[in-house]
Amino acid sequence: MKILVAIKQVPDTESRIKVAADGCSLDPADVKWIISPYDEYALEEAIRIKEGKGAEVVALTVGGEAARDVLKNALALGADSAVLLKGDGQGDAYAVAQMIAAYAKDKGFDLFLCGNKGLGGDNAAMGPMLAELLNVAQANVVVKLELGDGTFRAEREVEGGSEVVEGALPAVITAQKGLNEPRYASLKGIMAAKKKTIEEADAAPTTAGSCVTTLALPPERAAGRRLEGEAPAQAAALLQALKDEAKVF
Amino acid sequence: MILVFCELKEGTIRKPSAEALSEGRRLADAAGLKLGAIFAGASCAGSADAAKYGADVIYCAEGASLASYSSDGFAQVLADTVQAKGATVLLAAATAVGKDVAPRAAARLGAGYASDVTGLAMVGGKLQAVRPVYAGKAFATTSFASAVQVATTRPNVFPLAEKAGAGAAEAVAAPAGGFKSVVKEILAKASGKVDLSEANIIVSGGRGMKDGANFGLLEALADAIGGVVGASRAAVDAGWGLPHSMQVGQTGKVVSPTLYIACGISGAIQHIAGMSGSKFIVAINKDPEAPIFKLADYGIVGDLFEVVPELTKSAQGMGIGSN
Ligand SMILES: Cc1cc2nc3c(=O)[nH]c(=O)nc-3n(C[C@H](O)[C@H](O)[C@H](O)COP(=O)(O)OP(=O)(O)OC[C@H]3O[C@@H](n4cnc5c(N)ncnc54)[C@H](O)[C@@H]3O)c2cc1C
Ligand SMILES: Nc1ncnc2c1ncn2[C@@H]1O[C@H](COP(=O)(O)O)[C@@H](O)[C@H]1O
Repeated sequence: MKILVAIKQVPDTESRIKVAADGCSLDPADVKWIISPYDEYALEEAIRIKEGKGAEVVALTVGGEAARDVLKNALALGADSAVLLKGDGQGDAYAVAQMIAAYAKDKGFDLFLCGNKGLGGDNAAMGPMLAELLNVAQANVVVKLELGDGTFRAEREVEGGSEVVEGALPAVITAQKGLNEPRYASLKGIMAAKKKTIEEADAAPTTAGSCVTTLALPPERAAGRRLEGEAPAQAAALLQALKDEAKVF
Repeated sequence: MILVFCELKEGTIRKPSAEALSEGRRLADAAGLKLGAIFAGASCAGSADAAKYGADVIYCAEGASLASYSSDGFAQVLADTVQAKGATVLLAAATAVGKDVAPRAAARLGAGYASDVTGLAMVGGKLQAVRPVYAGKAFATTSFASAVQVATTRPNVFPLAEKAGAGAAEAVAAPAGGFKSVVKEILAKASGKVDLSEANIIVSGGRGMKDGANFGLLEALADAIGGVVGASRAAVDAGWGLPHSMQVGQTGKVVSPTLYIACGISGAIQHIAGMSGSKFIVAINKDPEAPIFKLADYGIVGDLFEVVPELTKSAQGMGIGSN
């Protein structure tokens, strides 16, 4: 079994967001980059499959030199090898899907594990697009995954509960919180990772789908109002305000 | 043509789909285009309702192969219909199904995709989308390089507008089947309440609730004002028996209700990421310095264990939940 885990490097949520001079991209000056949290579930799942039934795990990211960090981390956690596809990994999900599809085609992967969305950009699109481009099955926002002989059974979150998706491998599975509890890298893992190599390749040319033309900060919210008094007075004042001012009721 | 994928639930159009249709009508009017609605399933009974929201044509892909949802099957129906009818815009609501099928259909069409958008416009005949990014700390205006343009609309953001359309019914072929993955079973939870992502009023509790059992207080308030109950990640992760489906925030649900009441929630950026799109925000917190107050339209500094029961009592007295 051969598994490809797609990992996106994203700005830490705590980072201050500033718009770059071009008016349409993020000013990277104060940004701390992390692995998108959902991708940690994807990677953990791949490692568990490897430990359970044996698998070769390849971690891949589309990005620049700085994106090596997420690959080093993946190697330390147990990925067998890593691939840095040099290209714009922060923009259009359709372009990223084409790059990963072009790389993965004909390499015999049985399973593609992704996060259900890359934090920050929140496209939630690369996985299903990759599945379509590779003409394979998909299950999104998965909280439980079982593999059979050339098949999979996945539970995915939907409104008001979950549903079971069954299909054939190869498949793209996008991970949701709850799929597993990601481990931390061990010292042994970090040492072992130093011996593993990161393959580097230029991403294939792509057809553009969409692009951000303006990035803007949201308007300030108007200052709120404090409701004074003891609890009964506060409660009454709130309901009155919601009814008369906000017209919620 | 602007084509809107619509979902049915028990023979009626789902509200997020009706919102997408309403927005589709506005865009179609602005650009002088026709509006089509597309349904898929074993039966499309109830699809005629799309005319109420302005559909000029209602396409139905009916067939046994579509009885259960399949990503590749439904994506095929949508992409085929876009191509056969020459649609330039494909919209769906950003529901569990919409977010699953729309990007796949987009890739099939070689099209760009904007997900979970909160604003749409037709500019010079092309679609332009606005979507919150970076935990709601910025808004990205997105335009498309492809001829076909695909977007999903965030529930509860686009107003419903009833505007009669011709609603001419037209059958489109259902694929033969043999799909790569299919939904086999729905593992529904017992609660018959609307999902947080579609709720109009949400009462959320955080670590300040102290215990899962205390969420009964929030249930009572929610019942009194016609809302549903959510939670912060701290509450979900505390081992109080709250399901992850209740979690609001960056790694939970993104919600946009008319009213969001945060009880015992400090207002961490990851929580705000999920609820800053709420129209009115109320914070109840005993710490006057809690960051949530920066966001709140109405703030109550106080002990939630005193304030929440008072709210429930007053709301019941005012008969609020009944309208
Ligand atoms: C990668 C990542 C993803 C995350 N995703 C999410 C997410 O999706 N959703 C989310 O919510 N968080 C998320 N978090 C966690 C987030 O950072 C905060 O830790 C969390 O939101 C805090 O929850 P809280 O406000 O309930 O708890 P706290 O921050 O502990 O706040 C509790 C509040 O309750 C108040 N309080 C206590 N007792 C009372 C009382 N009797 N009456 C009134 N007020 C009282 C306190 O004053 C305090 O302000 C994420 C974190 C990370 C790192
Ligand atoms: N630049 C990238 N490199 C590797 N994987 C990516 C990249 N962008 C997105 N992905 C994968 O696709 C998932 C969804 O990303 P997105 O569609 O951008 O929200 C992520 O969780 C990753 O698994």
